[in-house]
Parts: sequence; structure tokens; C-alpha cells
Amino acid sequence: MTIAPDKAATGETPVPEGYVKLTIDGEEVIAPKGELLIRTAERLGTVIPRFCDHPLLDPAGACRQCLVEVEMGGRPMPKPQASCTMTVADGMVVKTQRTSPVADKAQQGVMELLLINHPLDCPICDKGGECPLQNQAMAHGRPDSRFRDTKRTFPKPLPISSQVLLDRERCVLCQRCTRFSDQIAGDPFIELLERGVHQQIGTAETADVLDMASRTSGGKPFHSYYSGNTIQICPVGALTSAQYRFRSRPFDLVSSPNVCEHCASGCAGRTDFRRGRVMRRLAGDDPEVNEEWLCDKGRFAFRYAQAADRLRRPMVRDRESGELVEVPWTEALRAASEGLTKARDGRGAAVLPGGRLTVEDAYAYSKFARIALRTNDIDFRARAHSPEELDFLASRVVGTTPENGVTYSALEQAPLVLCVAFEPEEESPIVFLRLRKAARDKDTRVVHLGQWTTAAVRKTFGELLACVPGGEAAAIEGIAQHATDLDEQLKADGAVVLVGERAAEIPGLFSALHRLSERTGARLAWIPRRAGERGAVEAGALPTLLPGGRAVADAAARAEVERSWGIEAGALPGREGRDTSGIVAAAAAGELDGLLVGGLDPDDLPDPALARRALAADCFVVSLEMRPSAVTEHADVVLPIAPVDEKSGSFLNWEGRRREFSVTLEGTGALPDCRVLDTLGVEMDADLFTQTPAAAAGDLERLAVRAPNAGAPDVPHAQPVTPGEGQAVLATWRQLLDDGSLQIDEPHLAGTARPVLARMSKATAAGLGGQVTVSTDRGSVTLPVEVADLPDGVVWLPANSDGSKVRASLGAGHGAVVSIAAGGAR
Amino acid sequence: MTADPITPVLTKRWLLPQSWRLATYEKLEGYTAFRKALAGTPEQLVQLVKDAGLRGRGGAGFPAGVKWSFMPPNEDKPHYLVINADEGEPGTCKDIPLMMADPHSLIEGCIIAAYAMRSHHCFIYVRGEVPHCIRRLNSAVREAYAAGYLGKDIIGSGFDLDITVHAGAGAYICGEETALLDSLEGRRGQPRLKPPFPAASGLYAAPTTVNNVETIASVPFIVNGGADWFREMGSEKSPGPKIFSISGHVERPGQYEAPLGTTLRELLELCGGMKDGIPLKFWTPGGSSTPLFTAEHLDVPLDFEGAAEAGSMLGTTAVQVFNETVSVPWAVMKWTQFYEHESCGKCTPCREGTYWMAQILERMVEGRGTEEDIDTLLDVCDNVLGRSFCALGDGAVSPITSGIKYFRDEFLALCEKNRAGKPELVGAQR
Repeated sequence: MTIAPDKAATGETPVPEGYVKLTIDGEEVIAPKGELLIRTAERLGTVIPRFCDHPLLDPAGACRQCLVEVEMGGRPMPKPQASCTMTVADGMVVKTQRTSPVADKAQQGVMELLLINHPLDCPICDKGGECPLQNQAMAHGRPDSRFRDTKRTFPKPLPISSQVLLDRERCVLCQRCTRFSDQIAGDPFIELLERGVHQQIGTAETADVLDMASRTSGGKPFHSYYSGNTIQICPVGALTSAQYRFRSRPFDLVSSPNVCEHCASGCAGRTDFRRGRVMRRLAGDDPEVNEEWLCDKGRFAFRYAQAADRLRRPMVRDRESGELVEVPWTEALRAASEGLTKARDGRGAAVLPGGRLTVEDAYAYSKFARIALRTNDIDFRARAHSPEELDFLASRVVGTTPENGVTYSALEQAPLVLCVAFEPEEESPIVFLRLRKAARDKDTRVVHLGQWTTAAVRKTFGELLACVPGGEAAAIEGIAQHATDLDEQLKADGAVVLVGERAAEIPGLFSALHRLSERTGARLAWIPRRAGERGAVEAGALPTLLPGGRAVADAAARAEVERSWGIEAGALPGREGRDTSGIVAAAAAGELDGLLVGGLDPDDLPDPALARRALAADCFVVSLEMRPSAVTEHADVVLPIAPVDEKSGSFLNWEGRRREFSVTLEGTGALPDCRVLDTLGVEMDADLFTQTPAAAAGDLERLAVRAPNAGAPDVPHAQPVTPGEGQAVLATWRQLLDDGSLQIDEPHLAGTARPVLARMSKATAAGLGGQVTVSTDRGSVTLPVEVADLPDGVVWLPANSDGSKVRASLGAGHGAVVSIAAGGAR
Repeated sequence: MTADPITPVLTKRWLLPQSWRLATYEKLEGYTAFRKALAGTPEQLVQLVKDAGLRGRGGAGFPAGVKWSFMPPNEDKPHYLVINADEGEPGTCKDIPLMMADPHSLIEGCIIAAYAMRSHHCFIYVRGEVPHCIRRLNSAVREAYAAGYLGKDIIGSGFDLDITVHAGAGAYICGEETALLDSLEGRRGQPRLKPPFPAASGLYAAPTTVNNVETIASVPFIVNGGADWFREMGSEKSPGPKIFSISGHVERPGQYEAPLGTTLRELLELCGGMKDGIPLKFWTPGGSSTPLFTAEHLDVPLDFEGAAEAGSMLGTTAVQVFNETVSVPWAVMKWTQFYEHESCGKCTPCREGTYWMAQILERMVEGRGTEEDIDTLLDVCDNVLGRSFCALGDGAVSPITSGIKYFRDEFLALCEKNRAGKPELVGAQR
């Protein structure tokens, strides 16, 4: 190594305020106060071996692998010190394994001890090849062990959930998993049990001291939406996933950065594939977004793209048999083009692209609707929605970016975060982690306007402002009078209000939030649930907005788009289009001749029965899909499109941050929506210039977002509904792990879903006998009841879980009045 | 009051009938000191204990007055006094007899110490294996409440104090002060990362002082007798009386009070000499975590400095005496098995090291050892000593390193090429 020259001779380096100067291995270094020695050394290029240390977890000092020699004030400390727990100090002299024989021997000694009870089964271990224990044992360990006695053994593997399996023999008891679950996720379902060499990780079920080594988990396993992170941060192969276990070797995998397609968090990830097949997904490292974490859905739900029923060839409905038959692309595109052209020239065709598209694909739909179909009948919102929401999106959302809007770090710095109609853990799990971090580390006050004290309320150390579903707008209006401390804090610098997709079901809520934000100065951010929604706003996949936030009604904006697109002046339709409900109603009423449908499920729409009627109506339906769906049944032409792994593109996350990704699996032949639409456009004499995602992005970029000049939403809040006898107001939202179509073929993941229960207050549950049947004139849902602190007369149902498909079964949503009766009764 | 080195102080009431009763205690100056203490200021008391030079009786010998002075002067958060009565060190038997025979001296000490540290809640964490002691302590606490010595406005002084007696659940590690605090909070007893130290963030993250039973029970005597009187006993740096718990091959094992600095030779006289006259072979000055001594060390003054100079530690003054009938490797194996059983598991060196060393020693005692094992043992000891999270690992290697240091021949005799007939008796005189 190079020894730094004697600095004293050349003059002292000034130490800035808040920093200290110390010496590591003879090199002088300036480090911020409070920095751990292990990090300072790392900045100098000296990697001190470690297991328990993790930069995002509180220090533990448990593994003792990172011992170094330390001298303070000229006096050497009598024992080597753990560099992962000791912070830098002025004048400290540190000798790592590079210069200290004592530190080197201590590290070698600890490594030897770590290995005495380790099974050394690297050749069959998932971690072999990417294992910190293996790597560090090579670098800092003895070539062979002196241990020749009996190793401590355990039965294995121990399933601590359906997804996570524990090998207690491989475990080095670094406590990363328990500390992650306790500190980061707030799900301390795993803990250290027993002591000494019998110490082990376990759950409540494995804690039986009388029978400690032979139990497997039963009723209360590791139920955490973040359990997969423990597998990733495990420095040995002790925690493995049922999904990936024994499937591959790290050195056979090709890794590719990805962006998660599941929600609007926008997590950076890594996809590992082998021979054209995705084997696993891992969290990437993006300090601005997901830090180093990923929710289990993002980690494990990717097999949908490998489903046996994946659509790979275009299909056209045969006139005679009425069946879909596979045809060449040229034929299918011709059929689609003919049908859509006819529809356009007849009573018109509309576009329902769905909320899971990349920005580029959404833009292609948006442009296709305007140019090829000459309509503004396009709406990506495959969920409950309202015209008020359109005003909100146009006036408050479009054009927000991390530079001018709310970000993850803004949440962390905020004195107060008010979550409205938003269930962070279920709807945007990484936002939840950041809220918990803010509350835990920075004392951010988190207030949830909702119906009951959910896990997220508890785990963000939050307060619940409970209201009847639909009463959220009135509650927001009432803050000034009834919650003056909250009102004051909303005026504080950095206060944030987060609103979720459910707000569209609550009349007046967006308007109330807009007024609240205007009055208090609190910043307002919209966190949709689906990954494509934020980008689709920018892409103009809405009946009132053209790309870049330009209002359809604004002639100057239309002219700008026409110039950019190189189309005739006045060619763009000037009338605002119909929204999803309007399109569905029109199609069902026979007022539309064609529908171009992206990835959406009729059961997600406000009125699933009506949506099915619309699809079944005498209407030409072109479906762009990955797998057969309820749309496929009624489609005249089915065009297969690529899942995210097989295409490039970008998502805008809730912050408006562009999350670009490239193709992971090359050469599968699957085409992105934008390419299919571009070619279909050519068939229809419309040039979209969206042949590739890059081309589409370039085309959209020329339509830079204009300062929104849309009117703010201004809708009065609804009067609270009062349920009658035998009735209740329905509260509902989706659980993170449910029956979503992107979670198919993942039984291990599904096993960690939260139980499907109806929740209501004790008074409301009285007399129901433990099971409730919630019904409307459309149908019913029967579930076991769990009593929670909901307002009386309210029943909560998971929106899309097994046995509780609220939209499909009840045709109702959040805020609707439903009948409740003892379970099973009709 | 003048001090006579032979006159007992801490144990003076032990042989009285019903010595544990409040009435008995009060007959012999009991509950006189705390009245004087409550009339003074907390600062005066801290200074008095500093002046007396009282050092912690739990093993480490940290000056009690200095420890008390670490408590913050303000009361933004509640202050806690925690009494470490988790007496678990092998050979140690002083705190439990003290609490059995004279619980009120501890309670009076708690009142004084709590007042000195502005604490209004004191917890006494007693090891769970001694229910009889816990019962007696609880009844003494009840008596003190009934007499108005505990609770609100103690004897009209305006000072409030509650005492909670808490039973541990049987873990040696819970004698480590931060593990004790975790256990007291209802968590797994494992040592905490320091800093923050308990005085800054201890029990329930509030300022806390953890003191040993004997330390606190000494305080009323200091208040009554004064710092100079206290210093008449013991040595310059280790003043005061001390309870030596003497066990093993002596005629009359038991608790013997003597000033610090007393030698084993003097202690043996007190307890009637070696049992049946069989000569002394080795002994521990302060429990199994303190390196062994041999007959060479009969005249080592047993105070903190003396024991350390001679290569061991005073520890808890648990003098375990072994005569020539005991095999050193066997005794060392038994101790090591104890540490293996009691290692909490938090850190690698102690968890794995004790497991490994116990197996090597078991194998050696079975006659399947090799000379290489002795080197391995010493090297593993070197990799555990000073590398573990808390002092348990350091204590675990003491019997091994000192045993090999003084009795290497016996370990060698166990090795394969010298395979002995009855390995468990190697080195033992028959």
C-alpha cells in the first residue's frame, strides 16, 4: 500500500465544521462526525469484513468480524474494537487488518469461529457464488479449520412463511433479518430464540423450548410484505425463498437492472435470468427511491409473464365458428385496421388503455386515439373515477417532478404527513417504508384519514382520523375548526398531504384537498396504485388532456400538438372525450362501434356488469393483451404484447420521476404496445412514430409539459350517508397481495397474503355471529368478521381478494351503502 | 464508631434471631442512616460515597460514587436505580445470604442511593432460582412500606421511593448490567451496545444506575460511620469490608466478612483450614471468571489491586478452594461447560468459542486429546478474550488459560500419547 506523505510538513488540512480528522492505516482522513469507522475505512478503499453491519440498519456489533485496533488520545484501547459500532473521533488512530496484526488475527479468529458450526455446504447452497461468508472467508479466513469435533445441527429447512425458508445451520446470527423486520418493516415476526450455540432465528411457532429443534411454523408465520428483503440481506444462505431455492447458481445468471411494474413506487430492481427465463428479482440500490428494499410483490410476482396461457400469436375471430384463431401479424393488423376504421367512420371508436402502461405505450395509445381514431374518447382509469379527478390531475398532478413536487426525501424531512384515502402499506409499500423511517428516525408526525387503525397506522407511529367512508371530504373541510393543531402543523414548512386512488370515489375530496393545500401551503401529492397511471397522465391518455398536460379544450394547445405531430391544423378533435364510464355506457348502449382495449379487467371498472355488456355489445373490439382475459372473450382481434421484461420503456412513479428500463430478455419476439399501435396506425394511414419505445419517448419529449392552466377541482362534498337498519357503509381497498392478475402462479407469495376478513366495530358486528354477508342487489360477499376500531355502521372488505371481489360481486365501491346480515343468511 | 478488622460490619446482624425482621434491624442501628441521608443533599451523599472510596462489589470494582455522579442532575426523565441481585457467578454466594439474613440493609441502602441519584423507583432484580430469597425480600419491602420508609413522602422528608422486586428467569448473562436492563424490560436478556451507557439511557431509555447488592448494603454503614471510618478497613485503593464466600475443600465453607486485602492464608484460618488437612492445589479469588491461583498465591492481598497484580481479578470474592484430589482439566471442563451453557449467543467469539472449547476439553477429559488441542485451546482463548461483545467471553477463557498456565502437565497427561487410565482423575492425588 501507499503510505500517505507526512502531512505535518506540508501544513495542516483544515477540518470543516462538523467533521473530524483521524488516521486510518497511516492515512489521514477527514470524516463527518458520527460516521462509523467501517464506512470511513471503506471510503479510503479498505473494506473491513463484516456480517451484521448494514448501512440502513441500526448497529448491532454482534458478529465481531470487523474488529480493528483503535488508539484514542495517544492511548491504545486495550481490546480491538468493532468498527461497525464505533464512530470517528478527532485524533483517533485506527489500524485495520491491513496494518495491524492484532486486528488481522482477531478477524481470522472470528471467521474460524463462524465456520465451526457452519455446514460448509456451499456447493448446494443458493448463496454459493454470491455469499459474503464465502467471499470473506476466502479473503480473511484460515485456509483450513482446526475444528474436528461435532457440529451443532438443526432440522432444516424450517419454513418461517410459505415464501421464506430458514436453514439454521448456515445462519451466522448476525440479526440482519430480525433487525430489518423490526426496524425497517415494523413486522417483528421473527426473533432470536434460545441462547448460546442453540440460539436461532424463529417465529412464535418455533419458540417451543421443549421441542425446539423439530418444530415447523404453523399459525403465526413471518407475515410481512417485506419478508423477501431478509433473504437478500442475509449474508449467508440461511434464508432462501421457496421460489428461487435450488433453481440456479449465481454465476449462471445474467443480471439486468429493472423497474418494478407493480405499483407507483417506482422501485429500482435487478432481474436475474437464465436461458431466457427470469429466475428471480432483487432490490436495486436507489437511495432516492427504494433505498435497498423491495416489497414481496415486486420481488416475487413475475411469473405471470411465464404463464402457460401467455398470448404469443395474434388472433382474429373467425366469422363462421365464432372462435379466435391464430393468424399472421399482417392478417391480424389488417383485420384490426379495417374494423377500427369502419368503427371510426361510423359511430366512433374509443380507447381504454388501462393503468399499467409505460409512458411510451400510453403515449402511443394517446396518439393513436387522436390521429388514427380521431377521438378524445380515451381514459386510462380502469377503476372508479370522476370528472373531479380529471380537474385534479390537470391542475395538481401533471407536470410535477422530483424537482418541483413531493419526493421520498421530502416525506422523510416533513414535519407532518397526512395520508388521505391512501393505505400506504397496501397501495405503495415503499412509500410506507419511507413514512415509517421518517416517523422512526426523524419524528415525522403521520396522520391517516381513514376508517380504522390499520397496520400501517400503527407502524408509522401514526394517528388515525376516523371517518365514515365518503366522509373524507367533509373531514378535510373540518380540520380548520376541529383539529387546530393539525391545521397549524399543515402550515409548517415541508408538510405533505398524500392522497390515493380511492379519492376518486369520494365526491368533493380532491376539491377539499386542493383548498386545504392552498390555504395551509401543505404540499399535495397523488399516489396512484398502478405503475402506469402517473405516466399516462403525462402521455395524455385522458379525455380532457393531450400529451404534456395540454387541455383538449384549449385551441392553442391543440395547435401546438398538431404542429409537433406534423398533422393538418384543425385535425385534432376539439371536443373533450368521454371518460371510462362514459365510454363503457356508450358502448353498452350501442353508441360506439369500436373499442381498443389495453390491459384491463372489466371487474376493476366501476360497473363490471355494464363493462361486460359493453364488450359483448355489437362493437368491434381490439384487445392488446399478454394473457387471455375477460376482454379476450369478446375481442374481434387479439394482439399479443410484451411484458416489461421483454420490452424497454419507462414508468413515471408517483413523484413524477422517470424510471427508465431496457429490455431484459432480448429476442423473444414479443412487441411493446407502442410498436403494435404504430404498425396498426400505418395500416390506418396514421403515422404515430412510435415504432420503438425510444422513438415514442423522443416524440413525446418534443411536447414538453406546459404549465397547467386547468381549473382546480371545485365540487362540494357530499352529505354523509346514513345507513338504515341492516345496512352499513362500505369501506374498501385492495390488499397488496390479492387476486391481482400479475400475481398468478405464485402460491408461495400468495401464502403470505393477509387473511381475508371483513372488519367492523364491535357494535356493528353484534349479532352477526362471527361471519357477515355483505350484499347489494348485485350479489354478496360472505367473510369472517374481525372487530376493529371502525366507526359504527361501517364495514370494510378487501377489494380484490379470494372470496371478496367487491366490484364484481357487489358492483359497489368505497362509500356505498350495503346490506349486512349474519354470515350465510340471504 | 471505630473499626476493628475482626468486628463484622455487613454481616453483624446475620446471626441474630429473626435477623431479617425490621424490628431486629432497627434494634441494631437499622434505619438510622437514611434519616441522616434524607436530611442532607444528594450531592453530599455522592461526595460521601466518593470520599469513602466504595468500589462496586459486583466484580468490576468501579467506584460507586463516581458511577452515581454520572446520573444527570435534571429530572427530565425518571431516574432509575436498579439493584443487580442476579448473583450467578459460580462460587459466589454473598448477595443471596445478605438478602436472606439482612434484607433491610439493602432496602435502607436503596433509599439512600435512590435519594442521592434523584430516583423514585428502584428495581431489585433477583435471580429467579432463589424463590425463598425473593419471598423474604418482598416481605421486607412490605415491612418497610408499612413503616413508612418506602412510598410517598418517606418519614415526612418529601422524598418518594417505590421498590419493585423482580425475579429473573435464570440466565447468567442477566447479571451483565445492560442484559439485566433488557430482561427487566421484558426483552431477551442480551447485552446492549454501549454507548449509550445506562446513566444516559438505561432502563426504558431513562437515566439508570445499576449497583450490586453488597455495594448498596454498604452505604448505610458509610452514612453512619463516615468516610474516614470506612477507610480504616481495607486498603488505600480498595477500602471497606467485604463478604468472602468461601466454598470447596475447607473445613467450614460459608460467608466470611473481612476487610479487603485479606489474604487466603488468613481466610483459611477463619474457616478452619483445608478440609481433612489435604493440601491446597488451586483456587479462584473471585469466581470462575477470575484466573486461577495456586498455593503460591496464599499471601496475595485480596483487594482489587492485589489480585490484579498477581495476574487474576478480585471479582466477586467467591473463593473456591480445591485440594489435591481434584484434576484441573476436569474442573476447567466443568466451568467451560457452564460458560457454554450460559453464553447468550449474541456475539460470535463467545457463542462459538465456548462451544468449541467445551468440546475440546470434554474430549481431552475422555482421554482423546492431543497436544495440538492445548495449543488450539490457547489460541481460541486468544480469539475470544477481548473480542466478545461483553465480559462473559473474557470470563470464559480465564479458567482455561490460567489452568494451562499453572497445570499444563495435567493437560499433557491427558493427551493420547500419555493416555491415562482414569482421565477424570488426571493430576488428582489418590
